Amino acid sequence: MNIAVLLKQVPDTTAKIIISEGKVDENSVSKWSMSPYDEYALESGLQMKDANNGLLIAITCGPDRSKKMLTDAAAVGADTLIHISDEGVKDSTHTQQLLAAVIKKFDANVILCGKQAADTNGGSTGPGVAEILDAACVTLVSEVSFTDGKYITMRPSNNGTEKVSVDGISVFAFDKGTTELRRPNVRGIMMAKKKAIESMTSADLGVDLSSSNVTLDSQTPPPEKAAGQKFDGAEHVPTVVSKLRNEANVI
Amino acid sequence: MSFTIIAETNGDTLHPTTYQLIGAASSVGSKSIVICPNGRAASEASEINGVEKVISVVGDCFDIFDGGAWSAALNSVCEGKILISASPNGREIAARLAAKRGIPVIQDIVSISEGLTVERPIYSGKAVETLTISGDAVITLRPNAFDAAESGGNAPINTVNQSADIKISIQEAINKASERLDVTEADIIISGGRGMGSIDNFTHLENIADIVGAAVGASRAVVDEWGMPHRMQVGQTGKTVTPSLYIAVGISGAIQHLAGMRSSKYILAINKDPDAPIFGVADYGIVATWEEAIPALKSALSALES
Repeated sequence: MNIAVLLKQVPDTTAKIIISEGKVDENSVSKWSMSPYDEYALESGLQMKDANNGLLIAITCGPDRSKKMLTDAAAVGADTLIHISDEGVKDSTHTQQLLAAVIKKFDANVILCGKQAADTNGGSTGPGVAEILDAACVTLVSEVSFTDGKYITMRPSNNGTEKVSVDGISVFAFDKGTTELRRPNVRGIMMAKKKAIESMTSADLGVDLSSSNVTLDSQTPPPEKAAGQKFDGAEHVPTVVSKLRNEANVI
Repeated sequence: MSFTIIAETNGDTLHPTTYQLIGAASSVGSKSIVICPNGRAASEASEINGVEKVISVVGDCFDIFDGGAWSAALNSVCEGKILISASPNGREIAARLAAKRGIPVIQDIVSISEGLTVERPIYSGKAVETLTISGDAVITLRPNAFDAAESGGNAPINTVNQSADIKISIQEAINKASERLDVTEADIIISGGRGMGSIDNFTHLENIADIVGAAVGASRAVVDEWGMPHRMQVGQTGKTVTPSLYIAVGISGAIQHLAGMRSSKYILAINKDPDAPIFGVADYGIVATWEEAIPALKSALSALES
């Protein structure tokens, strides 16, 4: 079983985002981490690998700095590390095409990713890659098992949750999983440092990134909120409740 | 110019976000062609101001949700710019349609203006990006960020039969016991943090929620350390919410949490620490312990509702 796990390196969720000249200043980011939902996908991939004697291929599309995250993935058990340069990528469709090309190259049977990345918050990658691969995609899963040739998982439904099964090439986009990503041991860390990372470009993969219908104009800080009204002590609760009704009209 | 709108429904009626999608199209001078999956709420859609045409796409493929099957069936009647709600299912259909058509997908926009220029929060609201869309694209709209279109129209309804392969099969449906509102659906949310002392004290928040018809949310600390269900978590690694009123009780306001709720229309913060960062984003702040404030809140709200 070839298990592809799609990973993205993002500013740590505790990091401050600083804008400089109309763009997020990446140099000011204090810490880069694996996107939190991708960690759940990776842990599930490692469990699937252990249970089915599989091969885990960790794939990222990003700048050179994201190679470190692949090494981190190797330290917990990723077998093959693929870095796709994001140079020339203009929109999410481009990213999906690059990822899908690598997935096909490695004949992955199952593809795991986070439900959305912590930077763009889009959630397009899993279903978009599935579309290109003509694969099933189940989103917002926490755990996936493989029995009798079928993948079994739970997903939220209108009335609660439902247990679903899919077969053939399948994509799973993870919400918070049941198990946190395992920690690497010293031997894993040492081995990972020696592990080769294969780098690829859009040209290597035959993906055309020349055009896009979308252009980024600017990135700006969120709109400032006017200072609120603050009251000291619970005796002001009735005043605030009447303001909620008469000023804000929300209750 | 017309936009294609994929209707979101709640059973046999339109979800309020569908009115917002049509309102957003009208705000930039576009008519709407509304596509109703499986014909649900088609006649309701035909009576909305700004709707030029309704297309009911009917088929067995809509019996369960499979984003691949849905987008395959809907694709043949889509054209130009496509607007969909940024709900989980909406985002999935949007990503699929965009990949199928080889056009970009822009998720979760909060504003749209002629040009076509859109704004979307990134880094969970720590920044906003402005994009210009020059051709066809699939765009999802954040619920409650746009003015709804009014009723008042009489558009024709066309029906199209479609079939598509369903790749997902449902083995078992497990209905949830609780009838409590989900945080992403609620117009008012009351959330508790570590300052609530223990998970048992959340019953006090539930009492308030029952009075005003609110959903109950929680901070990450409460979910991670006290075992509150993750579906209640508001924040960067939980749900992003945009209710009319967000009440934060005993939540200090870590950047992680603010990212998930700062675009709420109004925020009321109750915290005993006057320097808690939550007061920085609150429209109304009360410096008090929950033990003092919640009973007062309960009686003031009960008085209003009675």
